[in-house]
Amino acid sequence: MPSITFIHSDGRRQPIEASEGESAMQAATRQDINGILAECGGNAMCATCHVYVDEAWLARLPAMSDDEDALLDGAAADRLPNSRLSCQIKFAADLDGLVLNLPDRQL
Amino acid sequence: MSATSRTDSVTPERGAPAGVPSLDVDPFSNEFFEDPHAIHDTLREAGPLVWLDKWGVYGVARYAEVHAVLNDPLTFCSSRGVGLSDFAKEKPWRPQSIILEADPPAHTRTRTVLAQVLSPTAMKGVREHFTAMAAAKVDELLARGSFDAVADLAEAYPLSVFPDAMGLKQEGRENLLPYASLVFNSFGPPNQLRQEAIERSAPHQAYVAAQCQRENLAPGGFGACVHARADAGDITPEEAPLLVRSLLSAGLDTTVNGIGAAVYCLARFPDQLARLRSDPTLARNAFEEAIRYESPVQTFFRTTTREVELAGHRIGEGEKVLMFLGAANRDPRRWENPDSYDVTRRTSGHVGFGSGIHMCVGQLLARVEGEVMLAAIARKVASIQITGPVKRRYNNTLRGLESLPITISPA
Repeated sequence: MPSITFIHSDGRRQPIEASEGESAMQAATRQDINGILAECGGNAMCATCHVYVDEAWLARLPAMSDDEDALLDGAAADRLPNSRLSCQIKFAADLDGLVLNLPDRQL
Repeated sequence: MSATSRTDSVTPERGAPAGVPSLDVDPFSNEFFEDPHAIHDTLREAGPLVWLDKWGVYGVARYAEVHAVLNDPLTFCSSRGVGLSDFAKEKPWRPQSIILEADPPAHTRTRTVLAQVLSPTAMKGVREHFTAMAAAKVDELLARGSFDAVADLAEAYPLSVFPDAMGLKQEGRENLLPYASLVFNSFGPPNQLRQEAIERSAPHQAYVAAQCQRENLAPGGFGACVHARADAGDITPEEAPLLVRSLLSAGLDTTVNGIGAAVYCLARFPDQLARLRSDPTLARNAFEEAIRYESPVQTFFRTTTREVELAGHRIGEGEKVLMFLGAANRDPRRWENPDSYDVTRRTSGHVGFGSGIHMCVGQLLARVEGEVMLAAIARKVASIQITGPVKRRYNNTLRGLESLPITISPA
């Protein structure tokens, strides 16, 4: 099974399974990754599924929409150049092994 | 209430399509408002798609189908009205909303404006004041001890922050709740609730129309922010008042019923109040779970733009489909122990705010109000006792209470 590894803000690594077509957020909430809240349920409206994408993977993700860009400005934790909303990262086979760092807070 | 499946068609053009279970429940009746849960169960178990004989419309009550309809806005459109009335056949009772009752691409532009006015960044600007006001409200109520949690808390708190945040004048604010009640009743069928609300609407409509104008909105408020977007060319000067109207229509009664739902939950389930008190950071989730559990906005309609297959049935063009958000939020296919109020539940994915492109644009504001109020209760209140008859308020769309007499004790 393809996987995504979440790295918590305390450095703990948590690999989870991910299915083609679901978002990284959906995989995370399905498997109870604590650092992902996803209050809006994946509609790109709340900025509570914020992640920092591992540099090695950043360029391999699809470009962000204007909505996502605007929302990231309001994220609770600092916005960095590798900030994304995990609900907008659709998982595909070529993302097997994706590494996402969790911010220390989503609110 | 009888909810028997029927296979005979009533009238040739409005009868149940072959194979779709037909139910004679009326989701806009007082009987339903008093206790929707058993009927929700009947609707869910009858099938993924049902026919509501009383009003000649399709209904979906399971999570999967409600979510699917919400997320296919080009097939299940909003521009023909999100109530029973089909704007293709009937003139809307008020000028059509340019966001709620619009489809892409027109919807995308207006939606972007309101999403930015009510963005996470904008919430950082109101949070501190909302928090202080919630703490002051709870202190005041603790001093009183006994009060009506609907009028004195669920209504009083949003009324103490939302109109100011909008930039409204002091005069005439008593029109806000009647106007919102009217709007949400209007989504229902032409029953007594809807007809009487519209008959009495003239003064409330006149008030709201006036407050939507730029000169009546204080600088820095959400209303003025909408008008500023007309200066920027994102919307026309004629569209700005209509978008302000959307905020006034949907920004107050919804949070009133959301906060009312949360307080009613905490009053009924003392173990959950205890859990919240032991960890006030659960406040935000406790509010969210109350939205799932009570679903203050119970229903919305969509209209099919083409022939479409849903849950194995063919639906023709121009058909109304009623989505039971409250039933979806307690569908055991989606939720574990759906009938339990659990402040630690992972609530992500509930459809109490809708889902997809029309999902509540003010959800962040609602969450701030709900969170800071429940956090104040968690820190300051030891117990909540219901001390008198709990009375339900009847509205075609909104689920909430008319009266909730309670006594609270200080922590």
